[in-house]
Amino acid sequence: MVPLSYLLGLSAAVFAIGVAGMLIRGNILVMFMSIELMLNAVNLAFIAFARNLGNMDGQVIVFFVMTVAAAEAAVGLALIISIFRNRETVHADQLTLLRW
Amino acid sequence: MPAGLFFFLAALTVLSALGVILQRNPVHCLLSLVLTLLAIGVLFIGEDATVVGFLQIIVYAGAIMVLFLFVIWLLNLPSESLATGHLALKLFGSLAAAALLAEVVPFVLPARLATTQNATPLGYGAMDSLSQKLFGEYLIAFEVTSLLLLVAVVGSVALASRSPARRTPQGTSAAAAASEPPAGEPA
Amino acid sequence: MSVEFSGLGLILLFPLLGVLFNVFLGARFGRGAVNLVGPGVMFLSFAAAIWAFVTLLTMPSGSALTLNLWDWIQSGDFHVDVILRVDALSGVMLMVVTGVGAFIHLYSVGYMAHDEDYARFFAYLNLFALSMLVLVLASSILLMFVGWEGVGLCSYLLIGFWYPNPEFARNGRKAFVVNRIGDAGFVLGMLTIIVTLARHGVWTVEFTEIGAHAAMFSTTAATAACLLLFLGATGKSAQIPLYVWLPDAMVGPTPVSALIHAATMVTAGVYMCARLHFLFVLAPDALNVVAIIGTLTALFAATIALVQPDIKRVLAYSTISQLGYMFLAVGSGAFAAGVFHLMTHAFFKGLLFLCAGSVIHAMSGEQDMNKMGALRRKLPITHATMLIATLAIVATPGFSGFFSKDLILQAAYQSGHFGLWLIGVITAGLTAFYMFRLIFMTFYGDSRVEQDKLHHVHESPPVMTIPLIVLAFFSIVGGWVGLPDGVLWGNAFVHFLEPAAGALHPTVAASTAVLSGVGTGAAAIGFVIAYLFYIRFPGLPMLLQWRAKGIYEVLLDKYYIDQIYDFIVTRPLFFISEKVFGKAVDSYAIDGFAVGTGLAVETSGEIARRAETGNVQHYALVYLLGVIGVVAYYLFLVMR
Repeated sequence: MVPLSYLLGLSAAVFAIGVAGMLIRGNILVMFMSIELMLNAVNLAFIAFARNLGNMDGQVIVFFVMTVAAAEAAVGLALIISIFRNRETVHADQLTLLRW
Repeated sequence: MPAGLFFFLAALTVLSALGVILQRNPVHCLLSLVLTLLAIGVLFIGEDATVVGFLQIIVYAGAIMVLFLFVIWLLNLPSESLATGHLALKLFGSLAAAALLAEVVPFVLPARLATTQNATPLGYGAMDSLSQKLFGEYLIAFEVTSLLLLVAVVGSVALASRSPARRTPQGTSAAAAASEPPAGEPA
Repeated sequence: MSVEFSGLGLILLFPLLGVLFNVFLGARFGRGAVNLVGPGVMFLSFAAAIWAFVTLLTMPSGSALTLNLWDWIQSGDFHVDVILRVDALSGVMLMVVTGVGAFIHLYSVGYMAHDEDYARFFAYLNLFALSMLVLVLASSILLMFVGWEGVGLCSYLLIGFWYPNPEFARNGRKAFVVNRIGDAGFVLGMLTIIVTLARHGVWTVEFTEIGAHAAMFSTTAATAACLLLFLGATGKSAQIPLYVWLPDAMVGPTPVSALIHAATMVTAGVYMCARLHFLFVLAPDALNVVAIIGTLTALFAATIALVQPDIKRVLAYSTISQLGYMFLAVGSGAFAAGVFHLMTHAFFKGLLFLCAGSVIHAMSGEQDMNKMGALRRKLPITHATMLIATLAIVATPGFSGFFSKDLILQAAYQSGHFGLWLIGVITAGLTAFYMFRLIFMTFYGDSRVEQDKLHHVHESPPVMTIPLIVLAFFSIVGGWVGLPDGVLWGNAFVHFLEPAAGALHPTVAASTAVLSGVGTGAAAIGFVIAYLFYIRFPGLPMLLQWRAKGIYEVLLDKYYIDQIYDFIVTRPLFFISEKVFGKAVDSYAIDGFAVGTGLAVETSGEIARRAETGNVQHYALVYLLGVIGVVAYYLFLVMR
């Protein structure tokens, strides 16, 4: 039996790594991958709690999260393709149209 | 699952996650991500979430990551060095992420986390119980999710397709000009 | 007893119609129409005034004619109507204003014959007549103030009539501003009266009611009110300290000088004091102040008139001096005597100005007496009438001025003001000197006229000489209504005015014959000296001027009063306006605040907008910081 705290600690670590990746990398595809990392960290936390409480609800949530992540990935990648077509770049520093 | 296996998988997860954010070539980043997902999938299975774990490996690591890969190849992205860009941002970003970790970790320590472990019921994590939940309690959410997927498909096709006029392989300026609605007085 | 008399409305209606016609239709209908309407409405008003006055004469002594025009102010207990009232005092004033005014309007037709702006001139002149009549006919002090302000406005408009000349415009403004200072005193005095009565529960501004409740005034209240009102009078009637506008007002057309600054407007102060005689007698200190200032002004102005070369300036200072006599009468408690002199002064001073205008007209605009001389052959009528007026002003026995000035000096002596009486006698001598100096320099001696003006010298047309003759007639006869007691009908004028202006209360018995003799003697001495200086030994003035250069310069420059006022009052005021209010308050504080607010918004916006980098990662960082904060709050504070 792995203690709950170990799993949560692992989840927190992966989440923090994902956050750091969001901020450090300039390539928006890699930023997107960091987002996926964060999502998976959360999934892990849900599974850990579900097992701890003996409740299947946690797994159902993970199921839905995965589905939504898939949809989100599809749309997000389509956007990235569209951006690349218009701007010829996928680096965040060059995509500052909202600047004052 | 045995503690040794857990620690191995945990180390694998963390290292490949670090690989995702630190590697230069986007393809390498992706491959690290795949490894991370696989490790997490195995952790799922280890936690008696069998169905979800397999779904993770098949759907997430299998389909979604392939999608990512296709896009990277399509855009032909080069490697980039990490030293460019706002160094202040990278510094503060890393510090902030570390701060987040630092404030969460004390709460997940065993001493603070006072929960009682319930016994898992029979059939926990099997296909049966998952289906019971999905088609029973969460039926509406299930149906709405399918609708969501439909919308996502339509949306991504619409976003990513080129309009019929822009068939030429010339640059975006010509493409953008051509896609502009006819403006002003006729010449 | 008071009787309703609707004819009073006509007195005001005709000048009003004149104003409207001249303003709106004058330019369209041309000079002939304006020349007909301008004086015409005044003569019609004069006719209505005669009708009213004759009606009043048939009524018992102390009666009045009234007309309630409309309800004006209704505020709680305070109720004021616009009411016109003709009693003995306002009846006399009414006749003077409309009569003399009508003839001066007629004279103006000839004087302004070459001026293009005739419609505007007669419009202003009619407006002045209207305002003056409102002032005279007002039955309440509030309505009188309306007229008071109106004549001040018209004075400004008419002094600066030829406004393209900046000096003329400036003098008009000076008159208005100095008047305004006096008006402040008038308003405060009026308010003192209202408030004092209101404290006892009586809310009124009517003269008759103020008189009826005069006992409610303590000596202090009465003195305060009278002094404040007198300040207004010094402004309007050109006494010390607010006389400085009158000499400079001579830049206006001469009919204006005659009408406004000799016959009517400047007398408003005297009229006001006579109206409120019941209040003044309650304040002996105020009366003393009035008498002293009046006498000093008379002397002061006479000394300046001795050396002025400009013919109109001599007459201006003479007016100030004669007004001083009127206030001496008021200050001695002889209000009716002051009004008597007011009336005779209107005749002879108005005539003097009109004659001066005639001379200036003949001299193609020249006003310097050093460039005149030997004009009596060329201007016979002007010479004769001006001589009559001069004899009147120096109080030659038999002429109008004799009876009125004599009465004043007599009242001064009999009320105990011996020193003031003596100054009055000396001033009479000075008056004789400078008036005959004027006559001799202008009409006698050798001709000093410039060559190019010489051939143009001619007598004025009848439209100008007829008013001269009429006024000359009254300059002789006008005083015969106030003969010394015991002679023929005695002092009918003063007795007629008694119900309205109070009676004379002599405290010192004196032989009137002796007093008259002294006054006349002083005048005779003045005449002789003038004769010696300007006829017998023409070089004498020049010699004296050279020997007593210092005194001459001081007198010529009017004791430098204008410069002193400029230094003490005008410069500091301009300085404060420009530097303090203009620069510090307006430019820095107010503009700074307005511009600064905009600048502050702009600057803060520029600083704040730097947060909008457009880079998603920056936004994400900020978001993360927020998340850390929220998580910390939740974990550390909520989940204890």
